[in-house]
Amino acid sequence: MKHTISVLLQNKPGVLSRVTGLFSGRGFNIESLSVAETLDSTVSCLTLVTRGDNAIVEQITKQLHKLIDVIKVTDISEGEYVEREMALIRVKAETTTRAEVLRVIDIFRGKVVDVSPKSYAVEVTGSATKIQAIIDILRPIGIKEIVRTGTIAMVRAPKK
Amino acid sequence: MEKVTGSIAIIKCLEEEGVKTIFGFPGGAVIDLYDDLYKSDILHVLVRHEQGAVHAADGLARVTGEVGVALLTSGPGATNGVTAIATAYMDSIPMVILTGQVPTPLIGNDAFQEVDIVGITRPCTKHNYLVSKAEDLVPTLREAFHIARTGRPGPVLIDLPKDVVASMVDFEEKKPIRMQTYQPTYEPHMGQIEKACKEILKAKNPVLYVGGGVILSNSNEELAELATKLNIPVTMTLMGLGGFPGRNDLSMGMLGMHGSYTANMAVAKSDLLIAVGARFDDRVTGRIDAFAPHAQIIHIDIDPTSISKNVAVDIPIVADCKHALTAMNTWLDSCGHNLEEVGATHTPWLETIAAWTKKHPMGYLDEGETIKPQYVIEKLDELTNGDAIITTEVGQNQMWAAQFYKFNKPRRLITSGGLGTMGYGLPAAIGAKMAFPDATVIDVAGDGSIQMNIQELATAKQYNCPVKICILNNNYLGMVRQWQELFYDKHYAGTIMEVTPDFVALAEAYDCVGLRATKTSEVESVIKEALSIDNVVIMDFRIAREEGVFPMVPAGKATTEMLLV
Repeated sequence: MKHTISVLLQNKPGVLSRVTGLFSGRGFNIESLSVAETLDSTVSCLTLVTRGDNAIVEQITKQLHKLIDVIKVTDISEGEYVEREMALIRVKAETTTRAEVLRVIDIFRGKVVDVSPKSYAVEVTGSATKIQAIIDILRPIGIKEIVRTGTIAMVRAPKK
Repeated sequence: MEKVTGSIAIIKCLEEEGVKTIFGFPGGAVIDLYDDLYKSDILHVLVRHEQGAVHAADGLARVTGEVGVALLTSGPGATNGVTAIATAYMDSIPMVILTGQVPTPLIGNDAFQEVDIVGITRPCTKHNYLVSKAEDLVPTLREAFHIARTGRPGPVLIDLPKDVVASMVDFEEKKPIRMQTYQPTYEPHMGQIEKACKEILKAKNPVLYVGGGVILSNSNEELAELATKLNIPVTMTLMGLGGFPGRNDLSMGMLGMHGSYTANMAVAKSDLLIAVGARFDDRVTGRIDAFAPHAQIIHIDIDPTSISKNVAVDIPIVADCKHALTAMNTWLDSCGHNLEEVGATHTPWLETIAAWTKKHPMGYLDEGETIKPQYVIEKLDELTNGDAIITTEVGQNQMWAAQFYKFNKPRRLITSGGLGTMGYGLPAAIGAKMAFPDATVIDVAGDGSIQMNIQELATAKQYNCPVKICILNNNYLGMVRQWQELFYDKHYAGTIMEVTPDFVALAEAYDCVGLRATKTSEVESVIKEALSIDNVVIMDFRIAREEGVFPMVPAGKATTEMLLV
């Protein structure tokens, strides 16, 4: 089962490699990973997506927590949360297909961020499944290049 | 505030932590530090290989419970220490390893004797640091000692660039260390303690399964109280030996791959397994689904990652073993049950256990004048009254020592359990002897593994450290040979030591003493003589060449499927 885990860690050199080293060393997998500074510049937030049964995910969270530089580990997918990913897609856009590409982008609420005579670069955000969907639609038209971020996620605030 | 050089600050930090002896090997990157060590009261023990330095510091840490310290130079000095750091990490030994590093402007430039030792040791240290700024030096050293000795202990490495060590730093007074991100749990959850105690009161066939955590937390007395209060039989892992007296009637000895028949049967038939500071290692459990199949499991461990890692646990207790056992003893004392009566209900269980021991005691076949290694260990035990500090190498020698030496006290068996590092025993013996100069320290070795750090004989000699080395010499890499005999059609691939040095002559070459026994009748006198000599002694016992370690649970089998003598 897929789990999205959020890790707060000290923003120091080498900390990221402690996390990735833990995953490779213990045979856990990482599907995606994204990391950046938080409001407090001494703290980074790392969001990672992994797969495993409950026992494996329990080990992953415990092992992460054991790292000295880790402040907090949350398995976000245990509750309600929002997740986003962003992709930049360079798609072929020749005279015959330009209109079609723009329609697709519009449906997915994407944006054109770079234009050339033969291509558009498109920015699109959403869940991993939404990103996959636009890729599948654009693929027959001709995708030249894709760059995707990892998933980032945030727990939904309580509604009461 | 005092301004001092980095190297003086390091030495002041070591003194502040109570360090009296460090083990090391100098080099260009640490020469400033050596200059100040030269002027200090700390004894520096010059080893002959960096692996020996770290093992010796590890041996000192294991016998004393204090933080062992090793000092290595950059590059190959540091990498030579890696095996020994991993050894300490696997067995949770508190250590601080200081490594020299090239000056900060050169880091990353492939400078002479530069290596990314922080990167290399990340997976085999509890934590590590590269000190890149002078102002971080003192706080880092203090934090390193704190991390090494608290929680589940472990080695911490500090990489020290030469320019940082040479710079001037502020030496602030030490304040209590509080780390936001590191707060080990010492106190148990009382609800869990109560649940565990209730199960213990109900159990018909309970077993205490004791690991190295009991020794690391100095909780052998609390453990003995619990066991004797309720008549609960005790089995120990390799790391736990000595955690409960080997000569006590409730002791079933070691469990697992080379554990006693009794211990493995008892675990298999138990209805309650109380794991204390143990981690359900594969050498203990054998086939995991057949391990303690009828038992509820209580697991006390200070490291949450140990709990439910290999075996699902019914009642987890995250706590220091000493605190948890104390809480359990207190709860039981005030629970209103007559504990003597509860203890008496275990009599049938103890009788079953005694019957197993009668059926298959730890033993070996007597072959007259052919020396049996088990006999040598029995004689060592007898002549030292089970009170010597025994270090071991790894392989058959280690298992025979564990099986046939009855450790009365904790911190007496000093062995590489988790990593299984050949070459550990001699340098560890030196570390132990440096800590307790009056203790009898014996390295039980094989002819293979003793050669892995044989160079440390010179260290032992130089520091007047009269350790005794008991080589069970069979001209084989015996443990692997045993597997080949049993499971690989006797294909002795790479296990025959066709050339082995004359260990008596070798000892003499180092100005030590060498003794040899080739017949059973010579064993006792050789040991007695060795123990009476105030010098490093190698005892070369020419043992039955193809003797095996039994019982043995073949890899992947249930622990009840033992091959017996």
